[in-house]
Amino acid sequence: MAVTVKTFTSASEAAGALSSDRSARYLGGGTLVMRALNEGDVSVSTIVRAQDQALTRIDASGPRITLGAGVTFARVLAERDLAFLHAPARSIGGPAVRNMGTIGGNLFAPSPYGDFTVALLALDATVAVAGGFGARDVPIEEFLQARDRQSGTLVLSVSCTRPASAEAFRYRKIARIKPKGGSVITLAAHLPISGGRIAGARIALGSMAPTQIRARAAERALEGRSLDAATIAAAASAATEGTSPSDNALGSAWYRREIVGVHLRRLLSGQE
Amino acid sequence: MAKIPLQFRHNGRDVAIFVDGGTNLLVALRELIGDMTPKFGCGQGGCGTCSVLVDGELHLSCLTLAETVAGRSVETLDGMKQGPNLHPLQRAFADNFAAQCGYCTPGMLMAAKALLDRNPSPSRDEVIEAISGNICRCTGYEPIINAILAAAGGRVSA
Repeated sequence: MAVTVKTFTSASEAAGALSSDRSARYLGGGTLVMRALNEGDVSVSTIVRAQDQALTRIDASGPRITLGAGVTFARVLAERDLAFLHAPARSIGGPAVRNMGTIGGNLFAPSPYGDFTVALLALDATVAVAGGFGARDVPIEEFLQARDRQSGTLVLSVSCTRPASAEAFRYRKIARIKPKGGSVITLAAHLPISGGRIAGARIALGSMAPTQIRARAAERALEGRSLDAATIAAAASAATEGTSPSDNALGSAWYRREIVGVHLRRLLSGQE
Repeated sequence: MAKIPLQFRHNGRDVAIFVDGGTNLLVALRELIGDMTPKFGCGQGGCGTCSVLVDGELHLSCLTLAETVAGRSVETLDGMKQGPNLHPLQRAFADNFAAQCGYCTPGMLMAAKALLDRNPSPSRDEVIEAISGNICRCTGYEPIINAILAAAGGRVSA
């Protein structure tokens, strides 16, 4: 079925078109929307695009980095200043998917996809969105909780603060096929250290709920403590609290609950 | 619904076609231009057999909205041959038994070309990474990896 494609030169015009048409979908890299069209998804009747340079901008020079929504994973990997995001970017798709898929689109990718968003959730990113109401910044957690209702808004960019050290940010994706495969579970941890103790721990999980979620009980187990064996064990045993994984071809909900603590322990203790 | 005029460079030749809204690049190449070398596999971005190069970069044509390549250069397997001669990658695939049923081969060759265009002497791990988005259900991948290494002039290990 033919759909109407509306192409705009500015993101704000595209945002206006998106907010005024409930059946419109924004086309980023195509890996989600074109797939829906190929599968005969008749709910997509209008595609909105924007050829706005601002959407593909990377600002990685300072302590706070900003990635335009249209930045691809391949471009993240080509940017030396974004080394802390290379592991999550590399864990997505094969080279062609990384050349196409975007940071903005990943925010909408349903489980077992959306791995980059797990990293951004652990990094407490801010999502800049534009809608009929104008532009505003939304904390990523709030954005994800309302994701199903975000269809009328356009993501402009994502920003986050650079972790203090390579040790302070860790990422792990469990897949059955290597080097490429959908996520069984995905974990990311941001562990800022202040005076030898963790201050502001954030643990994010993918494929453990309908959207990427924080493991708040595990965060509480880490907060204010040093990263020793007892602390890691306490965090690992709290990893399933608040999760609601589902069954799919890559793993059952039971299996995901069984392994999430194991992999959190390995992530926190720096094991391969 | 009105058709959309679309012009781009296809294997070094300018083409002009009319596409329906929402048409993907794979359909445009196969049904409107008649280049049957990119294949339809999964339509989901999982198999890689529709792989083409857009401005030298590996893309999945089934997930590419056709009109997004306006004014750009699209290379497919059909553009790889040099007159009656096989491209060194094609020759290496034949010599190393890297094609069995052949359905993944167009995508494998484009993924390999994308790698060798940027990195003429890749390591075995880099080859594995480069074809990680392409599924082959026949060969077990080893002959394909060996063929790409052979084409790159690297030593082929059994």
